[in-house]
Amino acid sequence: MPEREPLLVMTGIVKTFPGVRALDGVSFDVERGEVHALVGENGAGKSTLMKVLAGAYRADAGEVRVDGSAVSIDGPRAAEALGIGMIYQEFNLVPHLGVVENVMLGHEPLRGVFLDRKKAREETIAGLAEFGIALPLDLPARRLSVAEQQMVEIAKALVRRARLIVMDEPTAALTEREIDALFGLIARLKAQGVAFVYISHRLEELPRVADRITVIRDGRTIETRPAREMPQDEVIRLMVGRPLQSHFPELPPVPQDAPVVLDVRGLCAATGVRDVSFAVRAGEIVGLAGLVGAGRTEIVRAVAAADRPSAGEVLVHGKRIEAHGPHRAIEAGIALITEDRKAQGLVLGMSVRENTTLAHLELFAPHGLVERKAEESVTNAQIAELRIRTPNGEQVVRNLSGGNQQKVVLAKWLIGNADVYLFDEPTRGIDVGAKAEIYALMVELLRRGAAIVMVSSELPEVIGMSHRILVVGEGRIRAEFGRAEATPDKIIAVATGVAA
Amino acid sequence: MARAGEAEATLEASAGDARAKASRNAALRFGGVALALAAVVIVINVFSHGSFLTPGNLTNVLRQITYNTILAVGQTFVIITAGIDLSVGSLIELTGVVMASFANAVPLDNGLLLVIATLAVGLAVGCTAGLINALPVVKLNLPPFITTLAMMLMARGLAFKLAHGRPVPVDSNAFDAIGIGFLFQGLLRPLGLPGLPIAVLWMVAIVAVFAIVLGRTRFGRYVFAIGGNEEAARLAGINVALCKTLVYVISGGCAAVAGLLLMARFSSGSPNTGIGSELQSIAAVVVGGTSLMGGRGSIIGTFLGALFIGLLNNAMNLLGIESYTQDIVLGAVIVAAVIVDELRKRYLT
Repeated sequence: MPEREPLLVMTGIVKTFPGVRALDGVSFDVERGEVHALVGENGAGKSTLMKVLAGAYRADAGEVRVDGSAVSIDGPRAAEALGIGMIYQEFNLVPHLGVVENVMLGHEPLRGVFLDRKKAREETIAGLAEFGIALPLDLPARRLSVAEQQMVEIAKALVRRARLIVMDEPTAALTEREIDALFGLIARLKAQGVAFVYISHRLEELPRVADRITVIRDGRTIETRPAREMPQDEVIRLMVGRPLQSHFPELPPVPQDAPVVLDVRGLCAATGVRDVSFAVRAGEIVGLAGLVGAGRTEIVRAVAAADRPSAGEVLVHGKRIEAHGPHRAIEAGIALITEDRKAQGLVLGMSVRENTTLAHLELFAPHGLVERKAEESVTNAQIAELRIRTPNGEQVVRNLSGGNQQKVVLAKWLIGNADVYLFDEPTRGIDVGAKAEIYALMVELLRRGAAIVMVSSELPEVIGMSHRILVVGEGRIRAEFGRAEATPDKIIAVATGVAA
Repeated sequence: MARAGEAEATLEASAGDARAKASRNAALRFGGVALALAAVVIVINVFSHGSFLTPGNLTNVLRQITYNTILAVGQTFVIITAGIDLSVGSLIELTGVVMASFANAVPLDNGLLLVIATLAVGLAVGCTAGLINALPVVKLNLPPFITTLAMMLMARGLAFKLAHGRPVPVDSNAFDAIGIGFLFQGLLRPLGLPGLPIAVLWMVAIVAVFAIVLGRTRFGRYVFAIGGNEEAARLAGINVALCKTLVYVISGGCAAVAGLLLMARFSSGSPNTGIGSELQSIAAVVVGGTSLMGGRGSIIGTFLGALFIGLLNNAMNLLGIESYTQDIVLGAVIVAAVIVDELRKRYLT
């Protein structure tokens, strides 16, 4: 008997976006009834690969074979027809509909033109029972726990006869007991021949759930091995791989007598910040490292009072900030350069000038009316200093490139001469040249005596641009490393919960 | 440093270009409306045998659009923050009835004082209603469509209750001047004009003041920023709740002024004069180039929008077009104006 072809074989997949080669010839395969873990750093290409599989992206090159025959997956329907089910980190449930309606969504049984509610319910119950899933059928999805919502997503995939289920960070928001239940379900489904692609940053759980592990990095497959032949430290080494790039500027050392500028004490917030304390001195950059969803963004947002802290205090130069919203923090000298510049940093329909002066308009309106000339001269000075590539200050920022938009966000905060700069992913999605300019600017801010906190998901950046590194997990600070002792392996080990 | 200096020099130069470009954009924005106006005016004048382009008729149009323009000025602020105010029509009625009752009840012999006190009462009612519109929007994040719809019903119901279902006649004649009075009659008569209606002066003053508030003050800039990206505005330290509250208060206040002028015009506060006014005001705002999505618009545009609609109504009356047909034409014109604006935005910027 000839050896059966694997369920899924992806070969030489290439996908480029403007300026980025996200996938550079990835190969990946999945056997029937197998759990295949896919790991890699943020931006390594995992999500892109899975979106190609789901039909959300079209690959530029490469071949996808299912059951041994080449297929073209040109949309979610095509993926579904091939028996591929996707469970994204953000669930796709309709919050106000019940479990039955969600499971049957798009596949509602009909009687004539009417919905056959009875049959829908029976089919859902039968499906859930077959796979041993218990769910409260009548509750709307928004009332279910995260684990229950995940079960609904799995049931949705199974009712559609999925033979391969892709799960993206399925355990990120689950408790230990819920994780046990999920792994139990995965084991039962495996026994029935369902295969899984399992994407997770939690390396410690891979030996429990995965049969094989594939590491990808920079859009390429680095290694595929059985899980038991790939110990964690080996996974980490393969994930990080490259030597640290040295395009970072020399950081001036923090003077011995530098005063503490930012002092955060016991800060908590409903967004998941738990008892966070740290201090940053003048001329110092503190990097916050951790996994996506670890709570780094939430910490800087709470410091800047963008989210209301529930406990703890923030002091700037020893003075406590009353946490009544962002304007108090801004007055106290805190500038938050947000992660998502389009959603939070800029008014895209406004000009460079209007965005630049927005947070400090009082400086330009001493007598009530805004003085356009003053705005123009300050804006032009920023355009020159930051080398913002724009025809002039009246250009609408929507029309600028990502790096130049980021510089406009920086200009907005620079004109206020803040004491504390909180950078959240300052170089995400911008080109290498603009990155270097932003690093140089950070050094310049240090020289002026500013204190900087930088959140970054790029380990080389955190290590290359911080005097100290705090590793965040589950909303807490798990460990602190000095610059000299920090290595990617150590940081990943703490961030993923392998080492404490 | 030399390079920075050079860059600055080129920037200075291009800032000049930028101003030229900005004014060209403004010219395009208003130019579209103005061009449409001119075309319509000429066609109508021909078909109405010259009765359209007479000073008397045009003065009449200005007087007719006064109320809608004032409402639309307040509405412009609300719509730029991506909100909507459906209550302004009812607030004309409520403030009109309250002001008429107040004017009848207080024994003030000095006409000017009576007008001022009455206006103050009307503004208090209108601004309070605006505040009530705004609080659920800023505190509970309720949609303004709902809160102002509720206010529309409540204010009209209250106006009818207070007025016992009938117009409240105003006893004093102190309001006649702002209702039907003219200025510069002697000066303008030789030009064939009946004079400048005082109500029109009120409109001009309100348009001028709020054009400056929206275009030149910090508050005005914040209104645009909130409509463009509320979260970015909040993170820039802008007191979003206060600004949004203020726009509804301004809208309520404008409704009170319109209420005073209407009350003065008809010498009575009537509980049903404002039916449909809210939609008329929204039409003027939209035809004037303000985006219902928020973040974009102008008071001058709104004035031109109201003027355009007013001229169209007047012209159709002169041409003897029956009122049902007028509604059909008006609806089509509103959609056409927004389509033209959308195309202009897409291809000219």
